[in-house]
Amino acid sequence: MNGHEIVFLILALAGLGAALKVVTTDNVVHGALYLVVALAMVGGVYLLLGAEFLAWVQVLIYVGAVVVLLLFSLMLTKAPIGPHALDNKQKGLAALIGFGAFAGLGLLIADAFEGSVGAPPTTTADIGASIFKDWVLPFEVVSILLLAALVGAVVIARKDDDE
Amino acid sequence: MISLKLVLLFSAGLFAIGVYGVLARRHAVLVLMSIELMLNAVNVNLVAFAQTFKDVTGQVFALFMITVAAAEVGIGLAIIILIFRNRETINIDEVDEMKW
Repeated sequence: MNGHEIVFLILALAGLGAALKVVTTDNVVHGALYLVVALAMVGGVYLLLGAEFLAWVQVLIYVGAVVVLLLFSLMLTKAPIGPHALDNKQKGLAALIGFGAFAGLGLLIADAFEGSVGAPPTTTADIGASIFKDWVLPFEVVSILLLAALVGAVVIARKDDDE
Repeated sequence: MISLKLVLLFSAGLFAIGVYGVLARRHAVLVLMSIELMLNAVNVNLVAFAQTFKDVTGQVFALFMITVAAAEVGIGLAIIILIFRNRETINIDEVDEMKW
């Protein structure tokens, strides 16, 4: 147990706790705010693993954009905010499946993987070189996908005038 | 130096919590949040393996996944707003016309 691992454990426990609150809280807005904590802790884990660029992308896109979008949609749908029945009747079964997934993955991981994450931090230049040398086509496909999603979201959500 | 197992266990925990959230929640926005948790768990795995094997490709794919997840949230929320406008509810267990 060294310094890196202790910091990682703190981040991981905070992230897992916040994630648990996201799926158990009685208030949707609180859920969104706990999601901010969980995503920021994941960003901290990226930073600790040496993926600096990805950490800032995580902060910008997830903590910045996605959570704001979620909060916006909560406001636009004027959903009853407050202690309401947010869970369905399969709660017990869902908990069983979630625990089963964790136990299965945990057993697998405990058996299968050795070694440690100790690469020197990757620079943004490395990532840029890899994207534009080896992964140009996926990059372009993703940009088309983003454009399509943007146009699609506008078309889906706008009000029809002729109704 | 962080043990790879620790990182993978963190990711497995995040993923399991996301699975629980998707199955147990009936509020559509909370279901979307749980999906985000699962996608993040996968990204943590990609970054951990990228840094273990000193290959930047894993990080590039995590970047692509973040982009696709952002697109998915945009479309998902548009659909949720449309459902709310038509049905006055965003509880996904009340939108069951197509259920056999």
